[in-house]
Amino acid sequence: MKIVVCIKQVPDSWADKKLSADDSTLDRASVDRVLNELDEYAVEAALQLTEAHGGEVTVLTMGPDDAAEALRRALSMGADAGIHLIDDGLSGTDAVGTSYALAQVLQGREFDLVIFGSESTDARMSVVPAMVAERLSLPQLTFAGKVEVDGGTVRIQRVTDYGYDEVEASTPALVSVVEKINEPRYPSFKGIMAAKKKPVEKLTLADAGIDPSQVGLAQAWSAVESFAARPPREKGTIVEDGGDGGAKIAEFLSTSKFI
Amino acid sequence: MAQILVLVDHVDGNIKKVTFELLTLARRLGTPVAVWVGPGADTAALAEYGAETVVVADSSTLLEHPVAPKTDVLAAVVAEKSPAAVLIASTAEGKEVAGRLAVRIGSGVLTDAVDVDAELTATQSVFGGATVVQSKVTHGVPIITVRPNATAPEAAPAAGTREDIAVEAAASSTLAKVTARVVATKDGRPELTEAAIVVSGGRGVGGAEGFAVIEGLADALGAAVGASRAATDAGWYPHQFQVGQTGKTVSPQLYIANGISGAIQHRAGMQTSKTIVVVNKDSEAPIFELADFGVVGDLFTVVPALTEQVTARKG
Repeated sequence: MKIVVCIKQVPDSWADKKLSADDSTLDRASVDRVLNELDEYAVEAALQLTEAHGGEVTVLTMGPDDAAEALRRALSMGADAGIHLIDDGLSGTDAVGTSYALAQVLQGREFDLVIFGSESTDARMSVVPAMVAERLSLPQLTFAGKVEVDGGTVRIQRVTDYGYDEVEASTPALVSVVEKINEPRYPSFKGIMAAKKKPVEKLTLADAGIDPSQVGLAQAWSAVESFAARPPREKGTIVEDGGDGGAKIAEFLSTSKFI
Repeated sequence: MAQILVLVDHVDGNIKKVTFELLTLARRLGTPVAVWVGPGADTAALAEYGAETVVVADSSTLLEHPVAPKTDVLAAVVAEKSPAAVLIASTAEGKEVAGRLAVRIGSGVLTDAVDVDAELTATQSVFGGATVVQSKVTHGVPIITVRPNATAPEAAPAAGTREDIAVEAAASSTLAKVTARVVATKDGRPELTEAAIVVSGGRGVGGAEGFAVIEGLADALGAAVGASRAATDAGWYPHQFQVGQTGKTVSPQLYIANGISGAIQHRAGMQTSKTIVVVNKDSEAPIFELADFGVVGDLFTVVPALTEQVTARKG
């Protein structure tokens, strides 16, 4: 089976992030960048499926030069090939434009599954997988805590607030995964060396048939009007437990009318 | 006045509180029009919170497929009513419905709003609550998802006139089929993202059995239980209760963090809680920076004592 995994290079999810004063987009220069954590689970899911059923895994990213590092990471985990959509015209593209650009690259390529991480840890909108499913008229199997392929049928457990839904569809289908699904492997030394020789196809907007008037910051359908650091919380009262810690919290909750 | 569509969030006809919050918010922006997908429309409850009209797509088959059929219904209602905005609950599914709708009708979308003003400017809290952003949709009918607990629901009776709409799911919307719904826990606690009070536990809880102490306090307060990633990764508590960057974002009136150090991963999911209480052994834990009230101490003595006090005061 052929699987395309869509991945994103993001600021380290354990670091503090901020917006740039120039154009209210993410200040990418101020923090280390890594492969979006949830995308590692997507790559792992794809690798496990092709190890079980045969096939190949292609990783697709859009982003500036350093997004190549995200591809490299996924290739060193074991993906077979990369596609890097890279063009200055993409800078500042919103979720609607991103889904359009990804759909244009995917369209006309052969695949059984497209897999995403369920969210990027920077924007955290969780909407791009659903948007790509909408654009490509693919069955949407998102928020998967478990994924199984049986011939031409894909079954997932869609994680919900109350537990999960069993959802199934025929391939080709679009899947997004949550971190519950697996434990991503660390790239081995061999994997890292092998990744250097794996093919990465670079695409510009023109190569991918993307209309430049539908991507980029100026074309975004939403705009940041202003932003500010959240005012620091007022310093609270911190006490040492002298055997009466529980009683003191109860007193605080009572004064605040919670009990 | 301009009409504001509100997608009703319900499970088997039971309306979630966030819907009443959205209707309350919608009243400040225009005339609320509730949109109900599926059977069992409870127009009376929606009218009580200000729905002038309740558009009902009364078909159970629409609920047999995730997300997409709701988009079909909303797209049809948008075409019919030309509303000023569409408000949807900022839940995992709500955001997906919003995303698909944005592509379908050619509109911008904003997610995770904590407020929306009369100009339809949305306030969003991003990067784990560290930055507050004012944003606007600049193209099409603004689609905005609003976080549960962003607004206090206030009743304001309106007509609640039912209008039925016949919508058939698009062929591409029925490709994925829900074959079973599995309810993992029926513990009687409020839902995590909707709860007014959340009591959560982290690494300091030490193991699955330690969560009994957390649950005890939660039940005394009528609260939901949450867990940090350290606790869910270790398998001490089910994944769907994880609060944080890759889990749920909660914004309750009261958040009680027990044995949680407060890494950015966790803060990102709870920083916008109105009041925060912390219990942790380590006085240096960063979570204390967020605390309105904190106790440096062993949660296994502090929490049970607190539970006892709460039960006594409530009794």
